[in-house]
Amino acid sequence: METPLTNNIGPDKPFPDLAVYEQNGGYQTVRDTIGKRSPTDVQEAVSESRLRGRGGAGVSTGMKWGFVPMDNASPGHKYLVANADEMEPGAFKDRVLMEFDPHQLIEGMILSAYAIQADIGYIFIRSDYYLATARLKAAIAESRDKGYLGERILGTDYSFELHVHVSAGRYICGEETALLNSLEGKRANPRTKPPFPPISGLWGRPTIVNNVETLCCVPHIVQNGADWFRSLGRAEDAGTKLFGASGRVKNPGCWELPMGTPIREILEGSAGGMQDGYGLRGFLPGGGSTGFLTDEHLDLPMDYDAIMQVKSRLGTGTMIILDDRTCPIGMVENLVNFFARESCGFCTPCRDGLPWIEEILHKLETGQAEPEDMNILAQQAGFIDWWGSDSSSNGNTHCPLAPGAIEPLESARKYFADDFERHIRDKKCSYR
Amino acid sequence: MPKIVVDGISYEVDAGNNLLEALLNLKRDLPYFCWHPSMGSIGACRQCAVIQYRDEDDDTGRIVMACMTPVSEGTIFSTDTDSAKEFRRDVIENMMINHPHDCPVCEEGGECHLQDMTVMTGHRNRTYSGPKNTFRNQYLGPFIDHEMNRCITCYRCVRYYSDYAGGVDLAAFASRNNTYFGRHQDGILESEFAGNLVEVCPTGVFTDKTLSEHYTRKWDLQSAPSICVGCGAGCNTSASERYGQLRRIHNRFNDQVNGYFLCDRGRFGAGFVNNEDRIPQAGIRDSEGKYDRVSAEEALSHVADQLANSSGKVVGIGSPRASLESNYLLKQIVGEGNFYSGVSSKEQELTNCIIDIMRDGSVKTPSLAEVEEADAVLVLGQDLTNTAPRLALAVRQSVRNRSKELAVQAQIPLWQDAAVRELAQDELSPLVLLTSYADRLEDVASLSCHASATDIARIGFAVANRLNDRFTAVDGLSETDQKTVEEVVEILKAADRPLIVSGTGSQSKSVIEAAANIAWALQADNEQTAIMLCVPECNSLGVGLLERENSNTLTDLLDSTDTISTAIVLENDLFRRASTQQITAFAAKLEQLVVIDSLDNATVSLSDVVLPAATFAETEGTLVNNEGRAQRSFAVFEGAGDIQGSWQWLTNLGKALSREGFAALERIDSVTAECERSNDLLSGITKVAPTADYRVEGMKIARMTHRASGRTAMRANINVHEPKQPVDQESALAYTMEGISGPRAPLSAYVWSPGWNSNQAVHKFQTETGGPLSHVNPGIRLIEPAGNGSPQERYREVPQPRAAGAGSLALIPRYHIFGSDEMSARSKAIAELAPSSYLAIAPETAQRLSVVSKDGVEFTIGNRTLQLEVVVDSSVDDGCALFPAGLADTLDLMHQAQVSLQKAAGWTPRTTTQDKLIAKE
Repeated sequence: METPLTNNIGPDKPFPDLAVYEQNGGYQTVRDTIGKRSPTDVQEAVSESRLRGRGGAGVSTGMKWGFVPMDNASPGHKYLVANADEMEPGAFKDRVLMEFDPHQLIEGMILSAYAIQADIGYIFIRSDYYLATARLKAAIAESRDKGYLGERILGTDYSFELHVHVSAGRYICGEETALLNSLEGKRANPRTKPPFPPISGLWGRPTIVNNVETLCCVPHIVQNGADWFRSLGRAEDAGTKLFGASGRVKNPGCWELPMGTPIREILEGSAGGMQDGYGLRGFLPGGGSTGFLTDEHLDLPMDYDAIMQVKSRLGTGTMIILDDRTCPIGMVENLVNFFARESCGFCTPCRDGLPWIEEILHKLETGQAEPEDMNILAQQAGFIDWWGSDSSSNGNTHCPLAPGAIEPLESARKYFADDFERHIRDKKCSYR
Repeated sequence: MPKIVVDGISYEVDAGNNLLEALLNLKRDLPYFCWHPSMGSIGACRQCAVIQYRDEDDDTGRIVMACMTPVSEGTIFSTDTDSAKEFRRDVIENMMINHPHDCPVCEEGGECHLQDMTVMTGHRNRTYSGPKNTFRNQYLGPFIDHEMNRCITCYRCVRYYSDYAGGVDLAAFASRNNTYFGRHQDGILESEFAGNLVEVCPTGVFTDKTLSEHYTRKWDLQSAPSICVGCGAGCNTSASERYGQLRRIHNRFNDQVNGYFLCDRGRFGAGFVNNEDRIPQAGIRDSEGKYDRVSAEEALSHVADQLANSSGKVVGIGSPRASLESNYLLKQIVGEGNFYSGVSSKEQELTNCIIDIMRDGSVKTPSLAEVEEADAVLVLGQDLTNTAPRLALAVRQSVRNRSKELAVQAQIPLWQDAAVRELAQDELSPLVLLTSYADRLEDVASLSCHASATDIARIGFAVANRLNDRFTAVDGLSETDQKTVEEVVEILKAADRPLIVSGTGSQSKSVIEAAANIAWALQADNEQTAIMLCVPECNSLGVGLLERENSNTLTDLLDSTDTISTAIVLENDLFRRASTQQITAFAAKLEQLVVIDSLDNATVSLSDVVLPAATFAETEGTLVNNEGRAQRSFAVFEGAGDIQGSWQWLTNLGKALSREGFAALERIDSVTAECERSNDLLSGITKVAPTADYRVEGMKIARMTHRASGRTAMRANINVHEPKQPVDQESALAYTMEGISGPRAPLSAYVWSPGWNSNQAVHKFQTETGGPLSHVNPGIRLIEPAGNGSPQERYREVPQPRAAGAGSLALIPRYHIFGSDEMSARSKAIAELAPSSYLAIAPETAQRLSVVSKDGVEFTIGNRTLQLEVVVDSSVDDGCALFPAGLADTLDLMHQAQVSLQKAAGWTPRTTTQDKLIAKE
């Protein structure tokens, strides 16, 4: 099994500083590509590879890049931004990539920037990731000294400057347009779309915002070809992915596995199954803003569309496991608490809707809920996301934060309805 | 025009609109909060949700925000389907989670957009049972109260204050349901346009503090259409009264003039109407020098006697703050040759020059709406924010035209406000400020340069010459000035719709002439060129037109050697027009000084007879603004006691004198008609507003809403019988609530439509959102350029550079929006923000004089020695001294070009802070 993303990472492997990274074949793709292959060539390779965004939405990377104007009609800067503001509850995959192989991200950014002819790049990184920040800064300095970054890369006509920007720490900054506002020093409210960032992004210029893991895939695609990348996936989707598991499993962690790996293999194989004395109640397949799945879904492949079909989302691919001794309502309350706190306060359903849901969940957990409260939960959920979790065209809110925030709630109401009833009937939480 | 289907009905709508505007234009109701016709859409509140269907077969559709959805051919929507209605109700219910139930004690109650929208969506019962968020409120200055608990987080306030008006001290803080709109700390809001927050906020977060001091509900207010008297811009206001006091000023929409916004001088500067210095009754000074209160009849017959038995000449002194009608009547009474315009020769010369340029030139004077369309603006020697504030706000909008161009290129609809701003970032259309000191538009200026009026004029003349060499060249410009000239020329040449702005602010005819030369030189190659010239007072231009054939000014009168026995002064404090010495000497020679005015002032205190005049709020009249637009102002309520309009005093005086024709001038309409007949330049003033016999559906138009309550209760403690209400014979308006109101009623000073009790109802009165009002005349432009479009070269006198005076400084007036204007400065709230007098000098000057800030300086003017406090300001040119215009103790400086200073010994610094509202470097 090939693990291109984590080849350089492992307890027995030396930290890939520039020398080690280059020894392992690093930056060869940059040498082979910049000034030698055309930007369109790189874009085509990525398009054909069927790489989909690893940040959660699963948008085709090649398609996204395709919106960037490539003619010289609008002279000026173009930007590439790595979204390293990994704050999704349960997600820690980008952290692994940045802490243990920073040059891979930098190489991916050089190639991606070249493909869209961006001249300035930013790594917008979560403030808690201080180790990754330090290592990225050191790696950028090494890379610049070697001529991979900066003016006239490797003596070619192409220049690309890369900066690390440490986020002030809001979940909403992971939304790409809120990220751009934050990067501009403005209030991190998401922007109106359209116009999309590839047309009007950072400082009004064409901008591509890609997830760290997405960018890390790029050197391997460019080096080994689209066919090779597609062949890595076990089901519909292409490539490999960092999957993770947290909760009461024997071996929580993060592993690079082919796209389409069945959930059971991850949970029972890589994660080692449930801890002794705990049973599996359900799991959020892609982090805190994805809907619950249960043991009936264990044989599904971890693919974007396969998970979407059962009304959840692949998201970041980092699962949160709910065991049978933890209150599902308590877990949802904890999550909604996080999302309500992280709302930017711009649109009404998110700003005022989530705190109301939080209030009712708190009443449920403390035994104060009345049967009518379930109606309010249903009404509020419909208010935030009239379409239910399977819609990609939600128009209720300004951005996807609130619809994502209620996915665990909506799926919990479906799979754990009896828990809700019991909380109301018994006027207490039976898990305490 | 694309066809759209809404709830099964097919409509043709304007291409490029969003659905919300399209629906409002169709006069359909749809609730909204964050959208504003002047500010576009951002999609924050989610209140205007509708269902959009993919095609005819789609029966579920999806929720879209009408304000964010472009109308395009064949789009299908529903506003009435249950899912849309339920969503909109949910929006209100969720907004209401934290909204206090304080409507009964909230100033917004009864004209609250949130109340209206709540009723419109049908949300009724509260189901949320948790605790509410509460916030701390801030002190925001004397104009505005802050009550953050009422906030529904629509972001309108910051979008207006920061994005639209350029303020920097109001922001959205924190996040989630804790978002806070306020300042970083308590303090006076810095923007001169902060008062619009009162109308922009859809609920009661920002309310009018001056109204709250003596609060009245909208439905208890009696309102009339008024014209602001604060400057020459002529903004349309709705002035409201209760219990014989003016309670508030609201914006009155006029698509050509003020649009949706006023400045704070206009909004909060009308408090002088209630000033305790109002002259309540006629008075005649007795032999001991005290006033005897007399009846109107006694006063009139006394004056008539005096005039009839006068031993010398009887003169009349008019006023640029009085209406055309009053000035006209005074002229009729004293006779053409004995009427003096009431301003100095200097000011008259400037106004005449402006009228020359507007009339005989070839370049159009734009309306404020057209100012916003300019894509390059050059300001010569005029501090717009402090002399014609609403014009400054319009110029601030003009710099956004560059971003609109970019948005059009990027195919972003212009109503997508946030998207347009993000695309354009700091790209602005050029604005060049050639002024005497840093003003508040500097933040959006592409080039600014501070110089004395002479130097500004010289640069201006040079620019015209570089644009077209038929215009006089300037010799001996410094290298720096030459560079400025080149930059300005480049900017103006590149513009499609260049606008030149100047005015009387620098007291220099050369500056105005230079501005005209530039406009004319540009016009040769660009017919879209425009010129806007500011005059100081609400009717400066009107009186200028009235007196165009007659060059008698106050200065002429003061210099005259004729024996003058009686002078009648119309609404004019002469001490603001000439030096104390001159006025005192003039008054001493008179047998009788008759003053018609509303507030006690220095001139009134010299008078022998005083006649109590109505303010704008108690009488009617025609005013002409900067643009040459004649507009009618109406009485809001009847003046107390013997107070009557100046024009009425003069009509009655004419009658008392048995003057021919005066009997026919009983009504304002006939005075206006006579005034129009007397002067071709005033042709059109009778068409500015409907005459008094105008009726709608057989009725007069009510000054109060039909919901006015408590008229009987007002006097119930005295007598339950309601007295007969006053009858208005001067206009088509009726006092109190009898008559027609609502969108069918032109002239109505308040907007109301079923379901729309707040000022948001204005769209029901417009032909389209933000467009002209359906039945109301926006005023009539009296002056159009007569020139044939070929460049003129009328002005050839380039001023010589000012000789570097040994020790003497050029005196330059610095205008203050709060303080420099005579009448508004006597409003309590404005007075609180007015500066104390000072003299601002450059650091180099200060060093030479060995003074620092807060020291005193001493100088002589005529035979008076004056002392002022020093402000050292690095934006002042060495060799110049700035003084605040229009303050009582700096009035005499206005007539002085230069001054020699020395340090004042033993000066005690004042404790008040200076100049809070001028941008610091």
